[in-house]
Amino acid sequence: MDLDLSPADVAFRDEVREWLREHVPREPLPSLETEEGFAAHRRWEQELHEARLSVVSWPEEFGGRGASLLQWVLFEEEYYAAGAPGRVSQNGIFLLAPTLFEHGTPDQQQRYLPRMAAGTDIWAQAWSEPEAGSDLASIRSTARRVDGGWLLSGQKTWSSRAAFADRAFGLFRSDPEAQRHRGLTYFLFPLDAEGVTVRPIGRIDGKPAFAELFLDDVFVPDEDVLGEVGEGWRVAMSTASNERGLTLRSPGRFLATAQRLTELPGALDDDRVVDAWIAAQAYRLATFETVTRVTEGGSLGAEASLNKLFWSELDVAMHETAWDLLGPDAEVSSWVEGYLFSLAGPIYAGTNEIQRNVAAERLLGLPRGSR
Amino acid sequence: MRFAPDREQQDMAATLRDLLADAGTARIARSWADGESAPWWEVWHQLAELGVTGLTVPPDRGGLGLGAVEMVLCLDQLGYAALPGPLVESLAFLPRLVPESPWLAELAEGQSVGTAVVAEHVPRALDADQAGAVFRSDGEEVRRLSGFRLQRAESVDPARRLFTVEHATAEPVAAADPGAAFDHGVLGCAAYLLGLGRRMLDTATEHVTQRHQFGRPVGEFQAVKHHLANVLLELEFARPLVWGACLSVDGPRGPRDVSAAKLAAGEAARTAARTALQVHGAIGYTAEHDLHLWLTKATALRTAWGTPAWHRARVARALATDTAPIGA
Ligand SMILES: Cc1cc2nc3c(=O)[nH]c(=O)nc-3n(C[C@H](O)[C@H](O)[C@H](O)COP(=O)(O)OP(=O)(O)OC[C@H]3O[C@@H](n4cnc5c(N)ncnc54)[C@H](O)[C@@H]3O)c2cc1C
Repeated sequence: MDLDLSPADVAFRDEVREWLREHVPREPLPSLETEEGFAAHRRWEQELHEARLSVVSWPEEFGGRGASLLQWVLFEEEYYAAGAPGRVSQNGIFLLAPTLFEHGTPDQQQRYLPRMAAGTDIWAQAWSEPEAGSDLASIRSTARRVDGGWLLSGQKTWSSRAAFADRAFGLFRSDPEAQRHRGLTYFLFPLDAEGVTVRPIGRIDGKPAFAELFLDDVFVPDEDVLGEVGEGWRVAMSTASNERGLTLRSPGRFLATAQRLTELPGALDDDRVVDAWIAAQAYRLATFETVTRVTEGGSLGAEASLNKLFWSELDVAMHETAWDLLGPDAEVSSWVEGYLFSLAGPIYAGTNEIQRNVAAERLLGLPRGSR
Repeated sequence: MRFAPDREQQDMAATLRDLLADAGTARIARSWADGESAPWWEVWHQLAELGVTGLTVPPDRGGLGLGAVEMVLCLDQLGYAALPGPLVESLAFLPRLVPESPWLAELAEGQSVGTAVVAEHVPRALDADQAGAVFRSDGEEVRRLSGFRLQRAESVDPARRLFTVEHATAEPVAAADPGAAFDHGVLGCAAYLLGLGRRMLDTATEHVTQRHQFGRPVGEFQAVKHHLANVLLELEFARPLVWGACLSVDGPRGPRDVSAAKLAAGEAARTAARTALQVHGAIGYTAEHDLHLWLTKATALRTAWGTPAWHRARVARALATDTAPIGA
């Protein structure tokens, strides 16, 4: 058992650290949930890409550098420790890309991955619907077969950054006869296609990048079906485990938040600060355990649900603690956006109630109840 | 980087687990509490055959001379089994405290067990009447006690047979580093707590799968599921802290890291205990059911070897000057 880095890992980490020291914008970029901020963050993605740091773990042919999973975790630690901007392309990079690697055709990989790496295409996730939240399998939006492709119709909602994004990946009911999980198909489509209407929804902080999508006979060619027709649920679930588990929320950001927390005035007199720092360390170490397992051929299954519970609750706890420490200055501090965003953690990526069910049923083997 | 036990370490833990399962440790805990020590010594001899009693004893004293990782994996299993006895003292603390003591050879052979009074945090010697060696560590100074009179004190856990040691001759002994030894004791205690917690979770999971109310297993009810998911969550994120502290226990950040581990493991075990009791209902509140053997031990160990408040304060003090990661 060790946490020793190989010389190659150290060299990689040092290079990243050095590059970030020179390139991270001195002034924070405007919020990526606004139009101006979105554009600024897209430029940042392009800058990362030029240094081949936008998708370090991808193969070189798609714009990565074939970094190991461990190196990716190290990259993330450096990234957040350096105070680098939030990743506007995270849905694409962390949620769609793993699925493209696993289920995409070589043609799809060629068409989409390099553009994603370069920040040319920024992707939105179009899964949720007004009537399909936790019960995602009850999706109603439809895909109707036509010559050479499909016509998508219906309404998607709560799509992060869709107001300014370029393309979306989503689930549609392609077989109205089939039951729930069956009969869903995974589609890729442009957000400026004919028949797509994007309506921004102000988030809790009023920022307008969140959106709902209305689709009215949007044509999608066959080559933009991801995975098999009718297999959308299975394809999507391989993405979901990435989302909850490792990739969407690597320890880097929580370590950085915990560090910032310890630096607030009076922080170390507050038990919650100590507990939060320890918890962030626990998450880091648990991640190294997962990295070891995955590197040795294991997979990240339902444990992803535990991770999701852990990081989302830790994030809320840290921000609430910061709030208390800052007192009346909190509401005008740099913690506001993070605080409000942390409140969404227990909701998105599958609510924590659902994750507790998954943990109890799949990790402890408790009987599935009626839903 | 490989942050997981290797094959050999896993095998060792698995063998130990099987041995303890076969031994029927709940029965042993009950007899130990009643002062009947023969069944306990039988297991201790079996542990000696596996090498466990000399796990961290230096090879020149007949031990295996293994490190903190093996110690932690074994104490985790001993906690899972709730085997009583001065295990943290004998397996984690004393071999570090007095590595040159000839008595360690008796320990490694399984002929003896040791116990200790450790300033501030372990005021009473566990199972001193069964111990072949009783030590006292006050900060820098370490003494071996003899010619003593023992005064029994009742613990919340009847299988923790605590003794106040009076009128002793206290012979100074050559000690290595009492501070470092204490930290190994803390780490060992954290591992034992993890094992206790995991066992209570497993017991609770089994119970709610079997116990029916309203025509279905109570484990089908979401309120019950969420309770157990919370326990799993705490335990699964305490364990890597215990493993991480193994890597740094002998370095300058040892005190901070073992404190974080003990704090997290103790709180997770407490949650496991509370939850296991709750989902068992009244049966869990009886002495007839085994749960209390684990629950009372977790309760006692949470405040032995440093209270949560003491460990938290120690981490806080360290963080004022050093926020390097745990295990570094
Ligand atoms: C900031 C943010 C960003 C998001 N981004 C995206 C995105 O980019 N793309 C996208 O597709 N979606 C996105 N979502 C949507 C998110 O995935 C859903 O909000 C989530 O799945 C929950 O669905 P819901 O909001 O409809 O809540 P509901 O499903 O209506 O749930 C309401 C409450 O009931 C509880 N509940 C429901 N069913 C159960 C059950 N079986 N057992 C116990 N409790 C239950 C829930 O836990 C919750 O507390 C985002 C959400 C937020 C807040």
